[in-house]
Amino acid sequence: MSLHFELVTPARLVRSEEVHMVVVPGTDGEFGVLEGHAPFMSTVKDGAIKVYKAAGAAPEEIKVQGGFAEVSAKGLTVLAEHVEG
Amino acid sequence: MASLKELKGRINSVKSTQKITKAKQMVAAAKLRKAQAAAEAARPYASRLAEVMGSLAAKVAGQDNGPLLMRGTGSDQRHLLVVVNTDKGLCGGLNSNIVKEAKLQARALEAAGKTVTFYLVGKKGRAPIKRDFPNAIAAGFDTSTVRTPGFDEAAAIAQELLAMFEAGKFDVAHLVAPKFKSALAQDPVTTQIIPVPAPTKIVVIDAVVEYEPGEEEILEELLPRYVTTQIFGALLEREASEQGASMTAMDNATRNAGELINKLTIQYNRSRQAAITTELIEIIAGAEAL
Repeated sequence: MSLHFELVTPARLVRSEEVHMVVVPGTDGEFGVLEGHAPFMSTVKDGAIKVYKAAGAAPEEIKVQGGFAEVSAKGLTVLAEHVEG
Repeated sequence: MASLKELKGRINSVKSTQKITKAKQMVAAAKLRKAQAAAEAARPYASRLAEVMGSLAAKVAGQDNGPLLMRGTGSDQRHLLVVVNTDKGLCGGLNSNIVKEAKLQARALEAAGKTVTFYLVGKKGRAPIKRDFPNAIAAGFDTSTVRTPGFDEAAAIAQELLAMFEAGKFDVAHLVAPKFKSALAQDPVTTQIIPVPAPTKIVVIDAVVEYEPGEEEILEELLPRYVTTQIFGALLEREASEQGASMTAMDNATRNAGELINKLTIQYNRSRQAAITTELIEIIAGAEAL
């Protein structure tokens, strides 16, 4: 019952973990990804990715700049150009 | 024969040279580890991007109205060679190998009737390429102002290249950069970056993927990023190659200096002994004469 979430920048692999839900700031609006999401691809605008480790838990925010989000059977992969912190 | 004083001076000068080469070797060894780690850390992004590209390209492939970066200008008359050299020397034959590869490619293209221009990254390629192709250097990028070139520099280079491409300055761009194999071997390789070659490994996804905004918009944004990543990879490889080559070259130099010191020391001791013997003979001869 968890989503595999990966956050990658050109410099390094920032995150690779199992989470409950991730909210990604897509160019056409924010979208949340849970486990079993349909295959989906979107560009990402500058903003904060919210990572929910468990249902109902407080989200952890990661600021990203420019990139892509891809949802496949393997999980969610975010390719970002810059990650703050 | 050189005098004792001269020999002593030479031994000392070779010794201080050896100290320098040894220090440079140790610095290179430490930096190599860092550069290798950086090159490895960049791999996940490149491979993921290639995967996404592969699945998208399979969708758009076969359409004539694909993005310009993918289908090219329709001609392959004007070629641009992006040559990635190092900024500093003391790294053996690395730079001359890169330049040799670039010239080889340029000659082959010219023999096929194409025009060739150069875009130079790094300082050390400028002089040798300018000597052979005095009018073919279009532009260059100076990476010597920053300590370790990163993604920002790669993005700046890619932006300039894409601007040149959009302005119609060239049709095809190739990247000539060293590929780090080990501390002993760094081979220059040439890869086409513009137009972006269609991925050889096309990932077929059965499920229907939704795209936001649209496939083509995403691809249009993805392609420049792909070029940037290629250049970023080349910069990282260059860094690792430079340190590896430097380490090997300086190791050899240190060893050669050691051999030279031994030779000179033997010569020095021999002449010293010869001088003592002559002096003794003179004293004995003087005493006998009395």
